[in-house]
Amino acid sequence: MTNSLSQRQAFWLGFRHGGPFILVVAPFGLVFGVVATEAGLNVVQTMAFSIAVIAGAAQLTALQMMTDNAPVAIILATALAVNLRMAMYSASLTPHLGPAPVWQRALVAYLMVDQAYAVSALQYEKTPDWSIPAKVAYYFGVVTLICPVWYLGTLSGAVLGAQIPDTIPIGAAIPIAFIALIGPMLRTLAHVAAALTSVTAAIVLAGLPYSLGLLVAGLLSMVVGALVEIWQTRRREART
Amino acid sequence: MTLSQPVIWLIIIVLGVGTFALRFSFLGLLGSRPLPPWALRLLRYTPVAVLPGLIAPRVFLPPEGATSPDPTLVATALVTLALGVWTKSAIWAMLSGALTLTVLTLILA
Repeated sequence: MTNSLSQRQAFWLGFRHGGPFILVVAPFGLVFGVVATEAGLNVVQTMAFSIAVIAGAAQLTALQMMTDNAPVAIILATALAVNLRMAMYSASLTPHLGPAPVWQRALVAYLMVDQAYAVSALQYEKTPDWSIPAKVAYYFGVVTLICPVWYLGTLSGAVLGAQIPDTIPIGAAIPIAFIALIGPMLRTLAHVAAALTSVTAAIVLAGLPYSLGLLVAGLLSMVVGALVEIWQTRRREART
Repeated sequence: MTLSQPVIWLIIIVLGVGTFALRFSFLGLLGSRPLPPWALRLLRYTPVAVLPGLIAPRVFLPPEGATSPDPTLVATALVTLALGVWTKSAIWAMLSGALTLTVLTLILA
């Protein structure tokens, strides 16, 4: 039955499922646009950032470290570390989209934002028997609003940011934007442990040269998160 | 920001290419061989491992020239975090943070 789902139907289903996320993406794009122009990027650079990277957290990370005048290699390594999760998304979508033509997979990869991955992975798990073209069409349906809204949000923020007088301290918007992202991530004890390790290690290591503290804190916290997850799984298994 | 224009462009381009490479990695090149569980487990924690550490020193360490942390920023951070955990929504957290910052700045000014 679901095998006969047409590409058109799959696309519009994805479109409906992805639609509500513009409520998250638009304001976040706006914040990035404002913060980037306040930090000294021009509108073209700000837009290039959002179009080339489409990953708000990594973009804000790079921006913050650029403002702090961190070495370029460390800026790149840290911002890319934030995006390492994309490799996990890629691996997780491969069983469903792997057989699609390479140009489609390249486009899927370029548009692979958190929301697109989350929505699609959930749908593919529910309906694994969809044809490959239907799965691809669904994915493109999901991102049809999300990605353009990300660009438009950034553009609005960049234009708006250029108008805001320097006396208004928009700089404080960066911590707020980040912390707002972190709260909803603290779903399990392992996530909380990773976050606490990250905070503690980053403060303790703040004196390390070349802004290396954050990179070290990040790697350490990933390991802590993974270890707590293993420990929790073992404990659960021991109980049953 | 004291970075020169070419360096800014370099960062944007390398970050764009690097992010695409991460997204395309398995889908494009490595085939459907699944990642080992330990790798998935580590990757799962990358955002929550990096983002708090990026912000924490800015919030909890004294700003340049000061001897204690900025109380407005600490309070704003705690409210934003609490609302984010409670509502599980970044938008509500962001709005509450902006509101807290505005109110505290007005009161303390």
